Amino acid sequence: MKGLLVLTALFVAVFGKFILQCDINLYNIHFPHVQLDFWMNPARESLPVDLHVPFHSLQAVRAFLAYNQIPYHIMIENVQDLVDEEQLQMLKYRGFPRSTDDFVYTTYHDLDSINSFMDMLVAENSNMVSKIVIGQSYENRPLNVLKFSTGANRPGIWMDTGLHSREWITHASGIWFAKKIVTDYGRDPVLTDILNSYDIFLEIVANPDGLAYTHSDDRMWRKTRKPNPGSSCVGVDPNRNWETGFGGPGSSSNPCSQTYHGPSIHSEPEVKAIVEFVKSHGNLKAFLSIHSYSQMLLYPYGYTHTAAKDQAELHELARKATSELQSLYNTAYTYGSIITTIYQADGVTTDWAYEQGIKYSYTFELRDTGRYGFILPADQILPTAEETWLALMVIMEHIKNNPY
Amino acid sequence: MDLRLPQYSEVWICEAAGLQQCFSELQLFVQLCSSGKRHSVSQALHKQHIPPSGAELWIMKTVCWTSVLAFTFLQLTAALPCVPADPAHTHNQTELEMATGELVPTHFPARRAAKVAVHYLNTRHGSPFRVFGLQQVHKATAEDVDAGGRKYSLDFSVTEWARSKSVFRCSAVVLFSTAQKTPPDVQLQCEDLQQINTAPQEEAFYHRYSTSDSAVSALNIPDSHGNMSQDMEPFWHLAGVSASFIMLRESSENTEFNMAQVASVTQQETSEKQLMLKYHLLLHDFVSQEILHWQLLSCWSPERGVRVLEMQFLPKCPHASGPPYSTPDQ
Repeated sequence: MKGLLVLTALFVAVFGKFILQCDINLYNIHFPHVQLDFWMNPARESLPVDLHVPFHSLQAVRAFLAYNQIPYHIMIENVQDLVDEEQLQMLKYRGFPRSTDDFVYTTYHDLDSINSFMDMLVAENSNMVSKIVIGQSYENRPLNVLKFSTGANRPGIWMDTGLHSREWITHASGIWFAKKIVTDYGRDPVLTDILNSYDIFLEIVANPDGLAYTHSDDRMWRKTRKPNPGSSCVGVDPNRNWETGFGGPGSSSNPCSQTYHGPSIHSEPEVKAIVEFVKSHGNLKAFLSIHSYSQMLLYPYGYTHTAAKDQAELHELARKATSELQSLYNTAYTYGSIITTIYQADGVTTDWAYEQGIKYSYTFELRDTGRYGFILPADQILPTAEETWLALMVIMEHIKNNPY
Repeated sequence: MDLRLPQYSEVWICEAAGLQQCFSELQLFVQLCSSGKRHSVSQALHKQHIPPSGAELWIMKTVCWTSVLAFTFLQLTAALPCVPADPAHTHNQTELEMATGELVPTHFPARRAAKVAVHYLNTRHGSPFRVFGLQQVHKATAEDVDAGGRKYSLDFSVTEWARSKSVFRCSAVVLFSTAQKTPPDVQLQCEDLQQINTAPQEEAFYHRYSTSDSAVSALNIPDSHGNMSQDMEPFWHLAGVSASFIMLRESSENTEFNMAQVASVTQQETSEKQLMLKYHLLLHDFVSQEILHWQLLSCWSPERGVRVLEMQFLPKCPHASGPPYSTPDQ
């Protein structure tokens, strides 16, 4: 019998449970009326056995082992403590990522979560990322822009996502782009090169009131949340409120319409903030507005059929960018001017930016083509962001190689 | 909301303490009753039957019904703004400038016409396991038609979205008439679609839900994050096919429809050999960017395919006559 008993055992006394490791042939041991839980089962004579013992069985097991002279030692004093700690960790992780490495990129986030992501990103990369508040939304939410900069007095590249709040894939992509930039700087030669000559400005939530509303009330909300005097309808289409082409037939004068242009040019604080930022910066070289859905890359104009002066170059660049995008997951994109490709749209960001002298002004329409539309499944966030980034890189690289 | 209770009555005593709960149960009760599912009403709801006096009974009923009416009325009016039809809002400008002759296949005039053909395809061949989406337009031409309107000739490909992901080549002629309220006319030919065999799944699905004791009922498919359970997918596909009937009928050169979401689906009792489903759908018109609420009654069986028995536009504003996107004549 003794020959069967090999040594080392760990025995743990506990408030609730304990773990016991014994090298014994436990097949011969019966513990009637005792609740035992083998964490490492008896297999062979020479192998240890790990035993998890609930508190009320402690006495009986200890007595048995002592009587049978089975050596043991305690591995874990109190399993319950460990379990509690793990639960705590899991809760913390789920609700509050501790860093942008903890952050879950494969799900859609609400405003609070996105704001805390931005703060974490800035804190972790304070040498190159800062947050600028360019204004307040109608409901007094800050309009936050992330500035990625490695030196002073640089020309800039502007990107915005989330101008239309129901286009959740755009905010999700914007978050991913932000992380991508800090990750790739110093690692990817092309991006490093770009950031060594240009600043990147990224407004992830261009319409925070709208985003909050899509979470609280109406997933399909598009516009701002500013009331319209004399109407029960709320909101202005922030992509029809811009000066260039304002008020034309590619927008609506009805406050209840999804394409209501608003009472006047730049009447929406969300729009005005960007306008003022762009004008005061004075040295932006690209303006990239990201929307969904339709899978398109569009350049000016939306308000007129007149071709943009730089149409040939913009068209060719769009061809390269969409081709690069497609190379990743075979996602097919259409490209062209807004008015010929998608519809006449008056008072859009791209037209205004182009008229400000920002040559590389584009509107992206991300996945998909209507199967899911605005409610794109979260498992498409990563592939969408990854492929779109390739297109953005093509555009940014072209800008760097063609300064003006 | 239909408040008639055919051959079924109940006493509801709404006490102050649980008014909100009472109202929501009442609404559910009415919903189930008006759908005809009498036997599931008592299964679904738990309440106390207290035999009341005549006067009590009258008072209680009146209070409850009035409250339900008031509550529902408030719900409908408070949250939803009016969206009356807007003749001023129109993209007719582009109609004048629409190209004739050879069209750029990737641009909207060809794409819109092709999507109409795809709606038509879905009405004829769609099922809970077969839904088509436009993959690509290869070639498109347009010409004006003597009778008034425009005729598009299209060469395009479709993807079967539901299961097979197969791609099929099609050709179609789509005629948009300038006459008011005339849906587009579609002539369509596609490669052999019977290559995709969905019969086993369809039979199993049909059998499961037509013989079950309980009626399917669900909201928000997919949910805000784009998720849906696997069980709900065929209902989502069926919704898409049913929506195609509406989208086909409502299409013009100035619209571009997709189904945005299934707000609700409720299975209806029926004596016919069909799955009968009541849908509340959200359609998205890309051109006006409006979300349009439609209610429809749809039935399907493996033999007869999808048929839409009733369809009703749900205006956000009670006095609006029709959807707010533009129609050619306005």
